[in-house]
Amino acid sequence: MDRLDRRGFLECMAWAGSALVWTSAGGVLSSRTIRQAEAADAAASGFSFVQISDTHIGFKGQANGDAAATLQQLIDRVNALKPAPAFVIHTGDQTHGQKPGAFDTVAELLRGVKTERAFFVPGEHDVFLDGGKEYLARYGKGTVGEHGWQSFDYKGTHFVGLVNVLKYKGEGVGALGQDQIEWLEKDLAPLTASTPVIVFAHVPLWAVYPQWGWVTEDAERALTSLKRFGSVTVLNGHIHQVLTKVEGNVRFHTAMSTAFPQPAPGAAPSPGPMKIPEAEARRMIGVTEVTFVQGGQPLAIVDSVLG
Amino acid sequence: MNKVAIALIGLALAGGTATHAAGSSAAGIDIKEFKFAPAALEIRPGTTVTWTNHDEETHTITSTTGAFGSSGLGNDETFTQTFTRAGTYEYFCALHPRMRAAVVVK
Repeated sequence: MDRLDRRGFLECMAWAGSALVWTSAGGVLSSRTIRQAEAADAAASGFSFVQISDTHIGFKGQANGDAAATLQQLIDRVNALKPAPAFVIHTGDQTHGQKPGAFDTVAELLRGVKTERAFFVPGEHDVFLDGGKEYLARYGKGTVGEHGWQSFDYKGTHFVGLVNVLKYKGEGVGALGQDQIEWLEKDLAPLTASTPVIVFAHVPLWAVYPQWGWVTEDAERALTSLKRFGSVTVLNGHIHQVLTKVEGNVRFHTAMSTAFPQPAPGAAPSPGPMKIPEAEARRMIGVTEVTFVQGGQPLAIVDSVLG
Repeated sequence: MNKVAIALIGLALAGGTATHAAGSSAAGIDIKEFKFAPAALEIRPGTTVTWTNHDEETHTITSTTGAFGSSGLGNDETFTQTFTRAGTYEYFCALHPRMRAAVVVK
């Protein structure tokens, strides 16, 4: 099998201009070479999961005439990963503007992923028409108060899924709301500081570019409750490009869309879909694979592009 | 919510002076690069306004009072609304709430 992550990784690096594989040992982050990443993969005694984001089913534009087709192609790549991912996390904007039938299309395509299960948080495109009614009817079950937010543990790692698009503020930025933040504080309280924590949400929890609404207004209090942990990884979508930032023991990472890329912060008059040929766009859409290696060893985040 | 919205419109209408004869004219508002243009459209009562979304991103026309509203408009899709009574009708995009504009009927 042609491992998609290595090829994709190289192309991604060329585009993003920054290293995308990071290691975390004892809370100290450092970048790794690809060869080291391969060695870690070979150990394969931990587990991996895949982040899929911003599938925007229903989108048709210059960069992509069929968002369902590119999602299917990326799912085919995910299904070729060895070992298979333990689960998939979809970080929102399943649909493009809640187009009728789009949720069904995503559900059907994701059923084709060879993995145990999938976790979801909504994007603003999934909830803006009906305040989240359809989304929560589908994915609210089993979440806290059926509000869509949730936590779970997997092989010693604590995962938290946050919803920051249901209290979309007048300025057009994400927000968590007091109830969810208070739940988060209680959820984290019993954990020891050495527990690795992975937080996922749609809109970035760091101020990527407030002028375009690429920020979660009340994220600071949530992040304060995460400060005592030695290893925190925050996975977001929304901005359709890979950006990383490290602040203390917290690593922030945004994923590509599977549908279309958006411009770098401030690089265009608006954050609208980039109007580029499909072949070019395929090198800017993809998925993210996160791999844990047993024994408190490094955690690797690898972004893989389609084209 | 609707009762509040209607009450607010009622106030706006009471203050307006509907001196223009109701006509069947038309006006257009373009949505481009996450902006409504013109941001303040002035029309006479009876005018039908058509919004056209030139962006590939979805946008909405959502009244701040709930008086009118579109679903998500895709690329090249339109939404029309006829304004029969004087007043200032503010609206925004529900997906990008910092996109704000107004239709002024007088």
